[in-house]
Amino acid sequence: MSGFLSLEDVSKRFGEHAVLESISLDVEQGEFLTLLGESGSGKTTLLRILAGFEQPTTGRLLLEDQRLDVMPPHRRPIHTVFQSYALFPHMTVFDNVAYGLRVRGCARDEMTARVGEALEKVRMEQFAKHFPRQISGGQKQRVALARALVNRPRLLLLDEPLSALDANLRLEMQRELKVLQREVGITFIFVTHDQSEALAISDRVVLLHRGKVEQCGTPRAIYSTPRTAYAASFLGKSNLIAGTVHQGVADCGAFSVPVTLADGPVTFSLRPECIAPASEENNEQRVRFVAEVVAEQFHGADSLLTLRCAGGMELSARVGSPRSHDGRFAFEAQNLVTLEHE
Amino acid sequence: MATRRLSAWLVTVPPLAWITLFLFVPYCLLFCYSFWSLDANQQVLRHATLANYLHLATTPLYLTVILRSMRIAFSVVLLSLAIGYPLACFLVFQAGRYRRMLYQAVIIPLWISYLVRAYAWKVIFGNEGVMNTLLLWCHATRHPLGFLLYSPFAVIVTLTHIYVPFVVLPVVASLEKIPHELLESSSDLGATTWQTFTRVILPLSLPGVLSGATFAFLLSFGDFLAPLLLGGPSSVMIANIVANLFGADYNWPLGAAVAVLILVMVLAILTITQRLERRWRAA
Repeated sequence: MSGFLSLEDVSKRFGEHAVLESISLDVEQGEFLTLLGESGSGKTTLLRILAGFEQPTTGRLLLEDQRLDVMPPHRRPIHTVFQSYALFPHMTVFDNVAYGLRVRGCARDEMTARVGEALEKVRMEQFAKHFPRQISGGQKQRVALARALVNRPRLLLLDEPLSALDANLRLEMQRELKVLQREVGITFIFVTHDQSEALAISDRVVLLHRGKVEQCGTPRAIYSTPRTAYAASFLGKSNLIAGTVHQGVADCGAFSVPVTLADGPVTFSLRPECIAPASEENNEQRVRFVAEVVAEQFHGADSLLTLRCAGGMELSARVGSPRSHDGRFAFEAQNLVTLEHE
Repeated sequence: MATRRLSAWLVTVPPLAWITLFLFVPYCLLFCYSFWSLDANQQVLRHATLANYLHLATTPLYLTVILRSMRIAFSVVLLSLAIGYPLACFLVFQAGRYRRMLYQAVIIPLWISYLVRAYAWKVIFGNEGVMNTLLLWCHATRHPLGFLLYSPFAVIVTLTHIYVPFVVLPVVASLEKIPHELLESSSDLGATTWQTFTRVILPLSLPGVLSGATFAFLLSFGDFLAPLLLGGPSSVMIANIVANLFGADYNWPLGAAVAVLILVMVLAILTITQRLERRWRAA
């Protein structure tokens, strides 16, 4: 048996509609894994299958070699932080956090100590007597986390928990989540549709597309070497460049690059930040091309240029602080990623 | 401008006039009557006196009947909740696609005349009625059971039948308001179905239970027809006393005093339950 948590060939259909198709995945103990995808990609369904709110149509779930899919939700050592937080409105913060311990018949002293500890961990101890309606969204978020973590689950599922927060608070909570996860050492499975959040927070990202795993890897790997055009354009901005390979040279119109590919059509991905104004030095590795700057969007730290190359192809280039450009640009050939055809 | 003012008048005046004419004025009259008395010739004597209220306070009959009415109303509340609450839970959580149909089935009896439904129970409970015939036929009893009809039992069953929908509807409304994630969250945190029910569903549905119970209690407490048609002497309720005082005895001042007393009690109960409900809703 492999890994801490294994999903083996998990599929889910609602009637005729296939929501998940044959998902296989291994998750390691202590990992921060993100399920990334657009709405309808099946990420929330996958999370609900793990929590036990949905049954997979086919496939098995194994947690430390134990069959998970045959257990009812309340028996699984897995807790969920819901998008809406789902705090009990008729209970105080303390009682909300104590809920899981109470229903399991935890002794009073131990319960009080553990709830206090959990609230301290999320810096909510002074709000113990408040009701959910009396605290802010970010605070509810923390309480929901404490409520799940106090039970020391083997696995914590987070269903877009930050989507209701405003941008600044969101960044702050991302950082806190990451720190908290390191501290408690519990495996987190985090669902989001926000690619920048996924890249910022995860050890590993699973990109889902139409119920299938499109690509899976560390944020760096998945960003720098996208496997498909979908992965390239969903994670960050990317230039998709079509070309034709003939006898070891890919002709992309504005430029040609030597490749080790079979003859035929090819698509490359090139990140905007890999393109820079060409310098005078003669570097064999760099691919040069001439283009006209048709638009410039200033973003503070950098600017996004829209380049129109000979032949009409448009490319985006992210360049640092205002630099003069004379219409000549270049990129490293190794940054050109060959995409699989879908 | 002028037309707007005119339309504002048209909207506010008729209901105000209605309330004044048919609620406020009669209540005032009732209140006045309760302080008047009858002279030797059974004519209303328009001098303020507390005699009616003193009579109520010193005659044990009134207290007995009020307590009985409360007991009957309370039994109706308990029975209606015992039937209505599980029914509401079933409707909201289990019925699935039959939900609308069942909901209609709960409401439809409300369209049937109260009198017809009360008479139906007379047919069921009578000596030659459905119930006794059935019991005799299967030899559960040798003689028809007399206590079925003309007893507090018959009154309670009839009132329960009539007021169950009044309990089901607000309970359904409060159950529907519970977000589904709360139930998922509860079971996610390790609660069994029963624990989820007692710790989440039940407390969050209490406002609905309270308003349903208030409906059933107040309507039963002031009921007049069920004790008249199905109750015997042992199940005379306070509304029957009022009806007798106004009708048979022609003692309007005393009748008015009893009516004012009922009114005060009803208002007190309403105030208490509304306070409770507000507190629960806030929590």
